[in-house]
Amino acid sequence: MSNKKGVKLQSVSKIYEDPKTKKPFYAVKDISLDIQPGAFVTLLGPSGCGKTTTLRMIAGFESPDSGEIYLGGEAINALTPNKRDTAMVFQSYALFPHYNVFDNVAYGLKLRKMTKDEIHRKVMDILELVEMTGMESRMTNQLSGGQQQRVALARALVVEPSVLLFDEPLSNLDAKLRVTMRTEIRRIQQTLGITAVYVTHDQSEAMSLSDQIIIMYKGEIAQMGTPREIYYQPSDEFVADFIGEANFINGRIKEIKGDNCLMEIAGHTLTLPSPKKHPVGSSCRMVARPEAVLIGKEGVLPCRVTLSCFMGAYHFYHVMLEDTLIKITDYCPVNKHTFQAGDEAWLHFEDNCVHIL
Amino acid sequence: MQRTQRAKLERRKFFSDPLMVGVILILVIFLMLFILYPLAMLMTDSVYAPDSYSVYQVSQSPEEIKALFADEGKDVQVLSVDRKTVLQLEDITGLTLTHEMGKTASTTYMADILKVELPGTTVAVKNDEGLLSLQSFPHIFRDYTFRRAFTNTVGLGMITGVGAMLVGLLFAYVDCYVKTRSRVMKKMFDIVSLLPVVSPPFVLSLSMILLFGKAGLVTRKLLGIYDSDVYGLSGIAIVQIMTFFPVCYLMLKGLLKNIDPSMEEASRDMGASRWKVFTTVTLPLMLPGLGNAFLVTFIESVADFANPMLIGGSYDTLATTIYLRITGGSYDTQGAAAMAIVLLSMTVFLFIVQKYYLESKTTATLTGKASRPRMPITERSVTLPLTTLCALASAFVILMYVAIPFGSLFKLWGRDYSLSFKWYEQLIKADGLKAFKDSFILSFVASPITALLSMIIAYLVVKKRFFGKGFIEFVSILAMAVPGTVLGVGFIRGFANGVFRTGFLQELYGTGAILVIVFIVRSLPVGTRSGISALRQIHPSIEESAYDLGAGSGKVFTSVTLPLIKESFFSGLVTTFVRSITAISAIILLVTPRYLLITTRINEFAEKGSYGVACAYATILIAIVYSAILIMNLFIKYFGTSKQVREAQKDVQQKRREASERIENL
Repeated sequence: MSNKKGVKLQSVSKIYEDPKTKKPFYAVKDISLDIQPGAFVTLLGPSGCGKTTTLRMIAGFESPDSGEIYLGGEAINALTPNKRDTAMVFQSYALFPHYNVFDNVAYGLKLRKMTKDEIHRKVMDILELVEMTGMESRMTNQLSGGQQQRVALARALVVEPSVLLFDEPLSNLDAKLRVTMRTEIRRIQQTLGITAVYVTHDQSEAMSLSDQIIIMYKGEIAQMGTPREIYYQPSDEFVADFIGEANFINGRIKEIKGDNCLMEIAGHTLTLPSPKKHPVGSSCRMVARPEAVLIGKEGVLPCRVTLSCFMGAYHFYHVMLEDTLIKITDYCPVNKHTFQAGDEAWLHFEDNCVHIL
Repeated sequence: MQRTQRAKLERRKFFSDPLMVGVILILVIFLMLFILYPLAMLMTDSVYAPDSYSVYQVSQSPEEIKALFADEGKDVQVLSVDRKTVLQLEDITGLTLTHEMGKTASTTYMADILKVELPGTTVAVKNDEGLLSLQSFPHIFRDYTFRRAFTNTVGLGMITGVGAMLVGLLFAYVDCYVKTRSRVMKKMFDIVSLLPVVSPPFVLSLSMILLFGKAGLVTRKLLGIYDSDVYGLSGIAIVQIMTFFPVCYLMLKGLLKNIDPSMEEASRDMGASRWKVFTTVTLPLMLPGLGNAFLVTFIESVADFANPMLIGGSYDTLATTIYLRITGGSYDTQGAAAMAIVLLSMTVFLFIVQKYYLESKTTATLTGKASRPRMPITERSVTLPLTTLCALASAFVILMYVAIPFGSLFKLWGRDYSLSFKWYEQLIKADGLKAFKDSFILSFVASPITALLSMIIAYLVVKKRFFGKGFIEFVSILAMAVPGTVLGVGFIRGFANGVFRTGFLQELYGTGAILVIVFIVRSLPVGTRSGISALRQIHPSIEESAYDLGAGSGKVFTSVTLPLIKESFFSGLVTTFVRSITAISAIILLVTPRYLLITTRINEFAEKGSYGVACAYATILIAIVYSAILIMNLFIKYFGTSKQVREAQKDVQQKRREASERIENL
């Protein structure tokens, strides 16, 4: 498919009215995005953060209150969904229950006035791609959840849209199937090289699928970046807390050395990367993932173990650093010393995994 | 916050779909022209007369005036108003004016301004100046006939409402709570709840007369009562309760099914008796529902025309009084219009209370789904009296319906109970076939139009956002609250001289087309309501996905929406057919001799006392209607997609629930 296009949102806002208080509020506030052709971008956030609204504005179901949406450089604000070159995979699959698999997939092609042969060829090709060959004459209620999902995907793909939109497509599947389907979706997207915008609240889905993740919070973009950037360099506490687990440790800036800072924590001094420039003497917080905190008999910060618990793949600790609780996951604990609750221990941090917010 | 851009975009998107714009425009015009406009005309009629009389007092004597005007070749008419003589003149030139009495809309209201006694002669000059006045309202409220009709109507509505609600409650309670071992009982419930739907509105009145009238089979033959009188309040009330209780039964059954049995079990568990459970748990939970059932029946009873007409005797209700005002000789159109407005405001007010207040309250108290099936009551002290009552009531209803075919087969009801086909022969001789043909064709034309229109309205209301949506929804549902008689009078006033009396569309009046339109208007709310509830079951994303794949709104409707609500469409089709072929109230005012309709024929024959022919008509009519319903059920059984759709929806909901639970567990 060669007709992949980029999507651009320019300070797009959407206002809704609170059904109870009748007060207007921003469902989406002044969002600007530039999605490259062929990229797989995920909108990730808790429910009510505006991610689905953004997706529906790209599809055309909602009209933005301000701002402009571009598809491949063309402004599409005033186009209705049926005139936009996008195809959406819905959370509920939205298969037509009165059609069989073949007719469901062929629906969009019939609207495009193709010949019967052409439709047949295209439908069969796409069913092969989603591994549903042989199921053409099944009714949709005879399919399992995963199969329905594949049909929904095929129906969206077969019309060769410039952009594929996913609205939490895996949330109705059971956990195992979700993992299979998300690798499938990634495989198909890579095969076709199609631009995809994917909405989810499941961070592992976002991590495993995306070229780029956009974290949204209260209608605004909290952070944009590759999965790695988002995980290791969260820009604020919300992102750090939303993606994975995070420990926050309070301290004070002692000295600035280029990109790094000397930070004083509980009377000890650590050198840490600091993307934001804090003035010397101000208080600040560092963020550390549980697996980036290492516990041992030596280290940079002293602590006391309050919980120690073997989990199989890792050993899980709660330790107190003065009055801050820190969670630690110690992977491959077999050859390491195991601390018990009440033990004194020392902490240090994995390089490049912690930073000052 | 800047919100103008959205409005602009929505508008542009809306207008980029000319099909939808066109359909909405047509709908709005249809609803305005055939629902709002006739009612608006009634309203103006009740306060506005296009021509009026100026009334003067002159010093000349009537003889002098007559002589004077005879010389000039002008016409003098002598009117008698309230036992006073009034001369109607073309003008008053040459007369000596002593007093200007005022203006009046018609001779009916002239009495009001003649109250003052003055010397001289009263003359009235008709002119074409319009007169806006509220005098028709105080006038009808002083009018004895109207006042009696008003109290009669309200009294009847109360009795019927309470009666039908109680019988309905009894049936619903027995159906949901009491263990009935026999399948016969269940079958009987189904039949009893279906019969009033199937039957023309006045069939019960007819059999009431046949069974319990002066020559009644039960009263005279079995009990030997020779002076039994079914005409009047008790007759209408019994017939109306029997006609309307199945609606209450179905409504209350739905409610009772939604009461979580564990609430009652909790009450039982704390030591309450069955009766205590009923009065402290079940009944309070049902109160809004009972109020709802009462109001629905009250509205139906008040609007009912056929039964009071046939069995009312001298017990006139508003609907029959209005009809008699229009068709009888008094020609008080302004008064009839005012009465129609009174009746209309009553039903519309109650309808709005019912729809927007009680209905929401009902669902608010009963949101919980029953978690498990209810343990039916098995104690004989409860089951025996309740089932006996139900069985008796059902047997009574069935007896009433059985009387009709027999009435058409007996040689002479009351005298000669030997079987013969002579009434059917008479029916055929008296243009019976034409009546069936006309009724059938008109109803047949109205059905698909109504079904399609109501599905389109339902689709627009549920799935689309546009300016005027509230209007379309409100008006098409509101039509349900308009009594047939009121609609009929509205159509006469609105179309007899063309739209706004301009002659535009005048050719419509008296044709079959206007009858078809009345059929459509009368059935539209029912179809729309069923379409709306069917569409609410369908997840919006199904249509959105079709839209997203490139289908325009017309294509979405025909390829996705309509197939999914096929069942509702088809039942709308049959319901319209049934309602149309059994309709009488609005139709009887509009039908012209060009068309013979079954229902008006039955009414005619029954009024004449030819019960044999009336029964023959009614029997065939019931057969037609019953077959239509059978065909519908067969169709739905073999071609309906709805079961599939329902399963698919249930699946999705189930999965969504599981998924959300999973997320919560994480």
